Amino acid sequence: MAIIVDHLNYIYGQDTEQAVHALQDINLQIPDGQFIGIIGHTGSGKSTLMQHLNGLLKATSGTIYYNGQDIYDEDYKLKDLRSHVGLVFQYPEHQLFEADVFSDVCFGPKNLGLSKKDAELRAFEALRKVGFPEELFYTSPFDLSGGQKRRVAIAGVLAMKPDVLILDEPTAGLDPKGREDILGMVKSLQRESGMTILLVSHSMDDVAEYVDRILVMDHGRIAFDDIPRNVFSHVEELEEMHLAAPQVTYILRDLEKAGIDVDENATTVEEAASTILQAFGIK
Amino acid sequence: MIRDITIGQYYQTDSVLHRLDPRVKLLGTLLYLVSLFCFHNPAGYAVALLFLILCIRLSHVPFGYMIKGMKGIMMILMITILFNLFLTSGTVLVSFWKITITVEGLKLAITMALRLCMLIIGASLMTLTTTPNHLTDGLEKGLRFLKVIKMPVHEIAMMMAIALRFIPILLEETDKIMKAQLARGADFESGGLVRRAKAMVPLLVPLFVSAFRRANDLAMAMEARCYRGGDGRTKMKPLIYAGRDYAAYLILLAYLVISIFLGRWSVMTELLTSL
Amino acid sequence: MDIVKARNLVFEYIRRDEEGNVEGISTAVDHVSLQIAQGDFVAILGHNGSGKSTLAKHLNAILYPTEGTVWVDGKDTSAEENLWAVRQNVGMVFQNPDNQIIGQVVEEDVGFGPENLGVPTKEIWERVEESLRAVGMYEYRKHSPNRLSGGQKQRVSIAGVLAMHPKCIVLDEPTAMLDPSGRKEVIRAVRGLNDVEGITVILITHYMEEVIHANKIFVMDGGKLVMEGTPREIFSQVERLKELRLDVPQVTLLAHELRKKGLPIPEGILERKELVEALRGLK
Repeated sequence: MAIIVDHLNYIYGQDTEQAVHALQDINLQIPDGQFIGIIGHTGSGKSTLMQHLNGLLKATSGTIYYNGQDIYDEDYKLKDLRSHVGLVFQYPEHQLFEADVFSDVCFGPKNLGLSKKDAELRAFEALRKVGFPEELFYTSPFDLSGGQKRRVAIAGVLAMKPDVLILDEPTAGLDPKGREDILGMVKSLQRESGMTILLVSHSMDDVAEYVDRILVMDHGRIAFDDIPRNVFSHVEELEEMHLAAPQVTYILRDLEKAGIDVDENATTVEEAASTILQAFGIK
Repeated sequence: MIRDITIGQYYQTDSVLHRLDPRVKLLGTLLYLVSLFCFHNPAGYAVALLFLILCIRLSHVPFGYMIKGMKGIMMILMITILFNLFLTSGTVLVSFWKITITVEGLKLAITMALRLCMLIIGASLMTLTTTPNHLTDGLEKGLRFLKVIKMPVHEIAMMMAIALRFIPILLEETDKIMKAQLARGADFESGGLVRRAKAMVPLLVPLFVSAFRRANDLAMAMEARCYRGGDGRTKMKPLIYAGRDYAAYLILLAYLVISIFLGRWSVMTELLTSL
Repeated sequence: MDIVKARNLVFEYIRRDEEGNVEGISTAVDHVSLQIAQGDFVAILGHNGSGKSTLAKHLNAILYPTEGTVWVDGKDTSAEENLWAVRQNVGMVFQNPDNQIIGQVVEEDVGFGPENLGVPTKEIWERVEESLRAVGMYEYRKHSPNRLSGGQKQRVSIAGVLAMHPKCIVLDEPTAMLDPSGRKEVIRAVRGLNDVEGITVILITHYMEEVIHANKIFVMDGGKLVMEGTPREIFSQVERLKELRLDVPQVTLLAHELRKKGLPIPEGILERKELVEALRGLK
């Protein structure tokens, strides 16, 4: 049992007039190896929750257990937590600062107190995992394309060998192929390294395609926590939260209404195609 | 963190002070600040305080909001008070252990604290009630005469306006980058001065890169919107003095007369006592 | 009358190494010829680095052609005397909403363009009001841009351009940094300008759903114009688009998959309704 969030509350700007109850009574269990999608309208509290999971923000009340240990315990070292729970921020390429790609990726492991050799070993491994071409290791990160910069930034977090990887909108601003590449890479990280992945995303289509479980956040609360097809069956409620189901879900609902017998809870193009074909008697 | 420093950030409301011509406010603030350094007696302070309270009431800016903005400079205030309190020589008031407090020190500490508070509130009152754009407009028009000596007044004003617009954005960005580096195990808090300074590199490099990128984008956006310097430019909100501005100048004049009178009076009383 | 016309447009830039020596010459735009009629809604697609932003910057005389000519409203953009007329006629909206708002107050920002044009004060106010109303941001005129959502900021940017009374607006990935509801707001505003005010719109985007209402789509790759046609013509070539690192709307993809499996439905379906109709026709 990796992460347990217990009655977590966070009030931003407490004691002021503009106090915002950003997280309200969050309860959550995240077992090892899951791929979880987190969706919610801007300001729904999803980024705030993510920052709690690796100790960047401290809850007003409630607590988080990481591998059974209370992270707010006085003896607990938050720096350790941050090496176990990696957080990749939105537009992570904005945090690159070293003169070359390789040294930038070494920054994380060096901060963990590893020797130069170990740090470099990890950097090498991390860059390989994100599929970054070896011949560009010693170029300046500022000369790279947007998609490549982002890979380097993700490698910078991977080099700390986290067990849990949180990505806040890793595909923002990329072109369609770039989005697909990054998500495919994340999926393979989960499959091959058994990493737990939390993916914050605005794109329902992407989330439906990749994740095992979806958390829907709304006004600082968890509105839904279920497998994709169950979550997306609540189309009306999602729309009230300024969210939507994947396009195919809408198509299937329309078809059902039009009297064609399909499974209206399919969430990916593949699933939708197979249920429609079935309805038309084609295998 | 850094974002909590709200000293003098424009407060959106409607008041006489908000509607006043920025040139009046600029001159008024300047006069007020100067007057604070001219006073040497309680009567002078009383007048300055009264004038300030009047302005605060007129501004419709909640006093709590102003005070909140001052949190950031509390440190400086405390240091000033302590220095004056402990390091002024004179008649001993109390003395314990290695610390002595003198009557002069106490007096100085109180007047300095008062003066500093009034100074800061007075100055922030201007920025609280004037949008930075309005302020730079005021500077541009008020200092137009400097164009004669080839001062690029418009350009300076434009730069100020842009800087003010981007301060909150860059502060937010600093916060974000700091968190991102913390998530990569960076440590901004422990270690000696050299280590801490070194720890700032991962923060400052991305910040500079981002600032340059923004500057580049903004320059392009401005050019795309036909910006070509101050010549031939019209104003959406031209500065034209209204009745209230003349009235404000009159009030300022009155304040000036009273403060000069009080200043003189204090000098005269000093002269009398010294005799 | 063509508002924008380009003939054999080439743009090259010189890459230099750290010492300032010439490393090579890159061609960002490669012999592009196109014509855009007044009142059209045109979309330009292409992956990152395909040259579409560089092309867009030529339309506003931010960049000048290395070879070939661009005309805006009949005027050659590289002639210096046309510079301000060109920039006034073709407004630009950029990707990052924070980096293009100059004013501290919404209305002051919208007034920035007209001020630069030397428009009399009274008329500036009229233009600001009408522009803000056109994008539905009039009630926010006294707000600080920093307090607005991304979608609102972009609408302010559009109003800022609109206040210069352009004949054409070029939007360079205006929705790339927005969440889904922000994207919808902006696209709705843009379509309104085109429908109601008759302003020519040139929209550059990575989101295929945003371009299905365009009159015409240009697809760029490697600086060249590789495809040109109506949305239906373009999106019926699913495989070709994938080769170009692009995507199709999910509906189109689903229709394409069904067709491949033998359901006789037309290629290039763009909207949910169409697909449902087509399938209903088969029952």
